Amino acid sequence: MGDFYTSVHLDRDLCKGCINCIKRCPTEAIRVRNGKAVITKEFCIDCGECIRICKNHAKLATTDSIENISNYKYVVALPAPSLYAQANNLDDINIVLTALKDMGFDDVFEVSAAAELVSSVSRRYVEEHQDQWPLISTACPSVVRLIRVRFPNLIEHMLPIKPPIELAAEMARHIAIEKTGLKSEDIGIFFISPCPAKVTSVKFPIGYEKSDVDQVVAIKDIYPKLIASMTKVVEENRIEDLSRSGRIGIGWGRIGGEAAGLLTDSYLAADGIENVIKVLEDLEDQKFLKVPSFIELNACTGGCVGGVLQVENPFLAIVKLKSLRKYLPVAKTHEAPFPVHPEWTEKVEYQPVFKLGTNMLESLTKMSQVDELCQKFPGLDCGSCGAPTCKALAEDIVRGIANEKDCIHILKQFIHKLSDEFSQL
Amino acid sequence: MSNSLRIQYLISDEDFTRAGEASGDVKAKLKMMGVNPEVIRKVSIAMYEGEINMVIHANGGVIDVIITEKDITMILKDKGPGIKDLDLAMQAGYSTASENVRALGFGAGMGLPNMKKYSDEMNIETEIGVGTTVTMKVFF
Repeated sequence: MGDFYTSVHLDRDLCKGCINCIKRCPTEAIRVRNGKAVITKEFCIDCGECIRICKNHAKLATTDSIENISNYKYVVALPAPSLYAQANNLDDINIVLTALKDMGFDDVFEVSAAAELVSSVSRRYVEEHQDQWPLISTACPSVVRLIRVRFPNLIEHMLPIKPPIELAAEMARHIAIEKTGLKSEDIGIFFISPCPAKVTSVKFPIGYEKSDVDQVVAIKDIYPKLIASMTKVVEENRIEDLSRSGRIGIGWGRIGGEAAGLLTDSYLAADGIENVIKVLEDLEDQKFLKVPSFIELNACTGGCVGGVLQVENPFLAIVKLKSLRKYLPVAKTHEAPFPVHPEWTEKVEYQPVFKLGTNMLESLTKMSQVDELCQKFPGLDCGSCGAPTCKALAEDIVRGIANEKDCIHILKQFIHKLSDEFSQL
Repeated sequence: MSNSLRIQYLISDEDFTRAGEASGDVKAKLKMMGVNPEVIRKVSIAMYEGEINMVIHANGGVIDVIITEKDITMILKDKGPGIKDLDLAMQAGYSTASENVRALGFGAGMGLPNMKKYSDEMNIETEIGVGTTVTMKVFF
């Protein structure tokens, strides 16, 4: 445990040391030190909010290059359902899928097809585990990471089922091995991703040991090439019949889609990281008088269509998904043709990363110091010290990674005092 | 220096949107201390119930919180109407809440019973027309 890889990272040359990202970060994971933003990996949940807000484009997501397909003998593309909402006037998902093959992939396996299986496994799990209600969705890796570091009492409510991407990867690999007879390592499974959090969940999964995905490519990176391929496929009239997903699977691309797949009205769906945090806080305090059976939480506004690696406006993308789903059957993938393993295999442990000291006494002492420091600071939360709030600066000081005089107001008082003393000499 | 942290919260009355701020702050502090999550859960539920009670029944008041290495003490003091029949008030489901308050989802009659259930020690001093002081203790 304690794997704190993050996909989100900084381009130091582009960072101007402004305070936009530190103020936006929902877990207060960023500080500006020596004029550059620094991410504390233990606090970061890879939500990508800093990428969204950075005007200098200094915040980036680590993703893989599509060029990596040459490293494998056989490559399969796994498109996220939200990918279908990126193109204009799309009325047939097969155009996207055929275009992906045109771009060099030997085969495609839709994440939305696997999502329909995840929906049916989840449906059964939710029904059979009333003692665990409300079950909280674990499809959004940022939410899983947030719960792991901040909501210890909600860990037991997490739905212990892998996200659709993992089941898709497992199935795609199985099919590829059967089809080609190649060794597993010769097969490259490429996820076409809407967000950086998925990159992290592939490199360091939570709830299961290893991901079946080999490479994660950003939707925005392949977008121009994909549109060109789609145009070509349509012009040459060679659209293959590849799609295996219906309304349920495609619906996963936006908020409420996963819950809709459970075929219950007893659910709550919240999107946007601040809203997600509010729901989790209230849930932890048992403020919900009547708990729903299922809680779907997506860090991005709108759900996966709002991912920071997407191209289209998320709200417009929702409209497009709606029209795409219109004439589809409820589901097309009902059961796996071979045994699959959608269940989590590992217990998730609480990671108290925000703890101040190594023991209770030390933490208590440090907390008193934080309170004392907060009394001294002006409480403007101006961010000039490089911390998002006065309280965050106080915590940094007691952690030994900042100085009282990092506060420009304290520094000003100090200089005034010095100059007074000088003038009296 | 003493090994305890004292915090005072002023609970404003008739503002349901602010109820829960004090218990939320205590919860955040206990997490930063590394207190056992199960204990944090007990404290935040007990204190939230108490906080809500002060808003609904007693025009607000003051909560003093004392955190030591071993335990947390919450002293909830109000100048409200006092509790007429304490035994009755301690019964699960008993409520004096008006329809208005019930419509907001409060007043299920679980306030005091839950405070007792989730705290390790609870003491209530109440006098009609003078006010109520509830002292709750939870051990870490």
